[in-house]
Amino acid sequence: MKKLVVKVTEVEALSPLVKRFRFEDPKGAALPVFSGGAHITVEMPEGETIRRNSYSLISDPYDGSAYEIAVRREDMGRGGSRYMHTRVQVGDEITISAPANLFQLDLRARKHILIAGGIGITPFLSQLRQLDMEQKPFELHYAARSRAEAAGLKLLPEAAHIHVHISEEGARMDLGAILDGQPLGTHVYTCGPDGLIKAVADQAARLGWPKTAVHSEAFIAPPPGEPFEVVVRSSGQTITVKADQSLLEALEAAKVEIDYSCRGGACGRCQTHVTACDGRIEHNDHWLSEDERAEQKTIMPCMSRFKGARLELDL
Amino acid sequence: MPKTVFSPSIDSRPTYPGLVSQGAVPGIMVADDAGAAALIDLATSDASVMDRAHVLLIGGAETTATRLGNLTPKALHSAPDLEAAAPLFDSLLLDARMGTQLYLAGSEGLIGFATARATAAGLPLDAIQSEHRGPIGRRMKCVHCKGITEDVLTDPFTCSHCGLTLFVRDHFSRRLGVFQGVCVDAETPGDIPETVEIRA
Repeated sequence: MKKLVVKVTEVEALSPLVKRFRFEDPKGAALPVFSGGAHITVEMPEGETIRRNSYSLISDPYDGSAYEIAVRREDMGRGGSRYMHTRVQVGDEITISAPANLFQLDLRARKHILIAGGIGITPFLSQLRQLDMEQKPFELHYAARSRAEAAGLKLLPEAAHIHVHISEEGARMDLGAILDGQPLGTHVYTCGPDGLIKAVADQAARLGWPKTAVHSEAFIAPPPGEPFEVVVRSSGQTITVKADQSLLEALEAAKVEIDYSCRGGACGRCQTHVTACDGRIEHNDHWLSEDERAEQKTIMPCMSRFKGARLELDL
Repeated sequence: MPKTVFSPSIDSRPTYPGLVSQGAVPGIMVADDAGAAALIDLATSDASVMDRAHVLLIGGAETTATRLGNLTPKALHSAPDLEAAAPLFDSLLLDARMGTQLYLAGSEGLIGFATARATAAGLPLDAIQSEHRGPIGRRMKCVHCKGITEDVLTDPFTCSHCGLTLFVRDHFSRRLGVFQGVCVDAETPGDIPETVEIRA
């Protein structure tokens, strides 16, 4: 995976829990441009482990002068977002991956509807710049609990087709009203909590929308959990996955070669064959099907954990 | 005439699994004379499918129009050929809302033409149903002069625009709704294989 070293040039609190970071090339060179909805993976070295989290880019996709991300602090998480909030300062140099996109706009669409819940606003911030640039019709619906928590407000332009729904103010999002009567060729994109993604998919299905017009992204940081052990089949090596570590991070720390991209259970790149499983895999990804989960023959190390006597991976 | 079954080919080659009613939802149906039989079968399986359907009959006989009218669709339109039908079809797509079903029945040329216009209007392929009925003539594009020859029944065939002898490929352009025809004797001019009828 192509990596870039960038300098932190701005850190701004957008809300009590969300900070915006701006990264530029240390020598002022242009960074690769990207497409709306793309993300980067940020490396966070701490002691002997390197934690890597993926964050959606929120800046203009056509602007190579900088990348910007917005990070919500998750105090119950493995510590990645806490690292970003407490350790990263203006002037620091950090390592990131080149942008990759698992949540592109389908540019064959006649119209785009973007639906964001909470911090799920982030991929749409770059997409709406792309849609503006391409002069494609769209509407954006942003739902948040309260105005104070709605970090996206500071980053959204004021426009008639940008709608903010603050539930505390009684302005709840009405998905039926949003999706009903849209012109043929409309695509809908949702990013936010699983409940919102499912509600949009259900509403679209009720209205007879084709499945390929309904898109979502729910990549989240891997959850912490109980420590467990994993055996690498080729070497017989046993590796302990700590409570605040993902299986992928533990494998990387033990210098086991494994491919990855999103690190959030969405892209499928790190899918690994399970050669022995005496116990239960806790599948936390959005990649495997229900049948594949039940079989316990494959695992997504970026997100999933294990409880039981023995887990052996084909690595 | 029953639904045509085509032999398996490359992924690019479109397949036409057949029409299945999605119920009394808004619909746009496009058929030629042979394809009209598929719409009649569809309405026989579920009469309500016609309640909110615009039917567009292309080059159909008077009797076919009468039979389709008897299914009492929301509206029945007729046009002599695909080009003449295009403005009306485009305006139906423009006015339609998400949840509208598109049903196409008849020749490969009709299905390809309508699918290309519908996807250009933003409709995803999984909202389009199709069923092949009637002759297996293909709508072929000459990759050299870009001219389109309708209802090609032999391989090779002569491009109706530039006169080159073209090999009938299964390679299909979804954007244009045509199969690609490639010069058969480009390297050894005059060395033309025997002309055979194309098969399903």
